[in-house]
Amino acid sequence: MTSPINWISQILCVTAFNLRTLPARKGAAASAAIGIAGVVAVFVGVLSIAEGFRKAMTASGSPDTAIVLRSGSNTEMTSGFSRDETRLIADAPGLARSADGALASAELFVIINLPKRFTGTDANVPLRGLDWTAFDVRKDLKIAQGRRFERGRNEIVVGAGAAREFAGLDIGKKVRVGRNDWEVVGVFTSSGGIAESEIWADATVLQSAYQRGASWQSVYARLTSAEAFQEFKDSLTTNPQLNVKVVRQTDYYAEQSTQMTRLIQTLGYAIAALMGLGAVFGALNTMYSAVSARTREIATLRALGFGAGPVVFSLLIESLALALAGGVAGAAAAYFAFDGFSAATMNWQSFSQVAFAFTVTPRLLIQAIICSMVIGLIGGLFPAIRAARLPISAGLREV
Amino acid sequence: MSNDNGVLVKVNNVEKVFRRGSEEIHVLTGLSLEVPSGDFLALMGPSGSGKSTLLNLIGGLDRPTAGSVSIGGERIDQMGDRALAAWRARHVGLVFQFYNLLPVLTAERNVELPLLLTHLSKADRRKHVEAALNVVGLSHRTKHYPRTLSGGEQQRVGIARAIVTDPTILLCDEPTGDLDRKSGDEILSLLQALNREHGKTIVMVTHDPHASGRAKRTVYLDKGRLSSMKPE
Ligand SMILES: Nc1ncnc2c1ncn2[C@@H]1O[C@H](COP(=O)(O)OP(=O)(O)OP(=O)(O)O)[C@@H](O)[C@H]1O
Ligand SMILES: [Mg+2]
Repeated sequence: MTSPINWISQILCVTAFNLRTLPARKGAAASAAIGIAGVVAVFVGVLSIAEGFRKAMTASGSPDTAIVLRSGSNTEMTSGFSRDETRLIADAPGLARSADGALASAELFVIINLPKRFTGTDANVPLRGLDWTAFDVRKDLKIAQGRRFERGRNEIVVGAGAAREFAGLDIGKKVRVGRNDWEVVGVFTSSGGIAESEIWADATVLQSAYQRGASWQSVYARLTSAEAFQEFKDSLTTNPQLNVKVVRQTDYYAEQSTQMTRLIQTLGYAIAALMGLGAVFGALNTMYSAVSARTREIATLRALGFGAGPVVFSLLIESLALALAGGVAGAAAAYFAFDGFSAATMNWQSFSQVAFAFTVTPRLLIQAIICSMVIGLIGGLFPAIRAARLPISAGLREV
Repeated sequence: MSNDNGVLVKVNNVEKVFRRGSEEIHVLTGLSLEVPSGDFLALMGPSGSGKSTLLNLIGGLDRPTAGSVSIGGERIDQMGDRALAAWRARHVGLVFQFYNLLPVLTAERNVELPLLLTHLSKADRRKHVEAALNVVGLSHRTKHYPRTLSGGEQQRVGIARAIVTDPTILLCDEPTGDLDRKSGDEILSLLQALNREHGKTIVMVTHDPHASGRAKRTVYLDKGRLSSMKPE
């Protein structure tokens, strides 16, 4: 009887023979591996968009920052506050303070149209009106070039992402929006977060330019700590004079990005699945021809007493090895081609452009490798089973 | 390995039917054959008469549709696949018309193949391989790949591979079918020597009367049955 040790050593022997025949079949083997590499590269590429988008949407979020909206609204677009309401919110407990008072920034925003730098086509950008407090409420916000806008003037500071994506957003230039010209006086960054896709101006100037009167849409609040959130929220939601909804900034952005992230991910999986199907056929083809080219060799080995099981296993190992090579190559290519590549897209939930960078995460790479192994497994399984089930006498008749 | 009266191979009332789609091909129809230990039997017959089929049944490469095949008293037609594979590795040496060497392996590695299924140490395997290549007169070609050897030399590697495990029986399917007269003669002399000097039992399928003349006796296969007379 064959012992298990013997079985494993048979697998190793047969695998070694199979792999030795690879150089003679390098064309077919390489095309199968390249097919798999292509699938993996596209898979990683598309999903890195989703990752990058989600990262951009959550990066600027900080757990000790809260956003206050009118209750019933999910986005700032549908929210609204009067001056009295914003004052009540700024009096709530749990707010951090600076020399100028509570770190609560009442803000409004409008969507404007600007031409994109590279295509010249118009796209939406949020123009946010706020007070200087906003610069202190947002933790990682930095003026990278130029300065802040002067209060009461038609001046804007632009997010680095917006500056990259849209034409004319260079310091010193004037941008015409509606009936007004706005001068670009600074560029700010916020660690790659969503704020970088926005343009900021003085709230009072914006209110008069758009005839908004003394109304705001949201209050951004910096808390003394992440733990102070509950106290802050409770005091506002239980205040009978207010009708508000309080969300942590991190949750707000994550919520805002879910639809888009899911859309891109679904698209990514769908494309990868379609291409994967093609790659499975490529792998099947390679392995079928590998098996049929070696029908007589395999039959000879089995005639000499090698088992059918080791034959199946060794063919699977060969197919998996090919797939792994393709998968690693594809993942590496995607990493070098896409990681950090910057882009901008429309976020349907806020109807504005979000600048982000493709992000290839380790998890994505592992998923990609697993995906290539699945392709290899399916591609190798059927040919291997066929090889093992063919009667030896029939295999020996092949020339 | 032989039972009482020296019979090594006992094929009893064997039928073999191949199915090709809906068509049934009755290749062997109630065939019986006994091969005593130490015999050198030539098996002749027209193309398609079932010579290879019979040889495969004796070597445990296939199972009969009906009837029994016993080798050394063991019913091999009733063994499972794994048991049969292990049995082949232990008891059968196969020589093929087209040698069936693995092109990616050198002569000595090809000869070593069947030994990989045994528990012999690497050193012992090397000894056996050397001895087998010595018997076939190829000690000087051990590191050569099959494609660099002549047909006759490749067949000698094939024979070395067949005898390296010291099998109970040697089964040769047209071993000279692909060789010129001179190389064929050398192979036949080698088989004859294995039979005479080493006591190997050999069953050899051949089309060539010249080859069958080297055997101790010849049987003819025609229309599914055997006879000791050449059919008209
Ligand atoms: N695995 C198989 N499946 C279907 N038919 C088969 C199979 N093996 C053999 N046959 C058929 O059985 C018959 C006998 O074949 P076999 O190979 O035994 O003949 P043979 O006497 O060895 O012929 P040759 O001298 O040409 O080698 C042939 O008609 C062949 O087509
Ligand atoms: Mg034949």
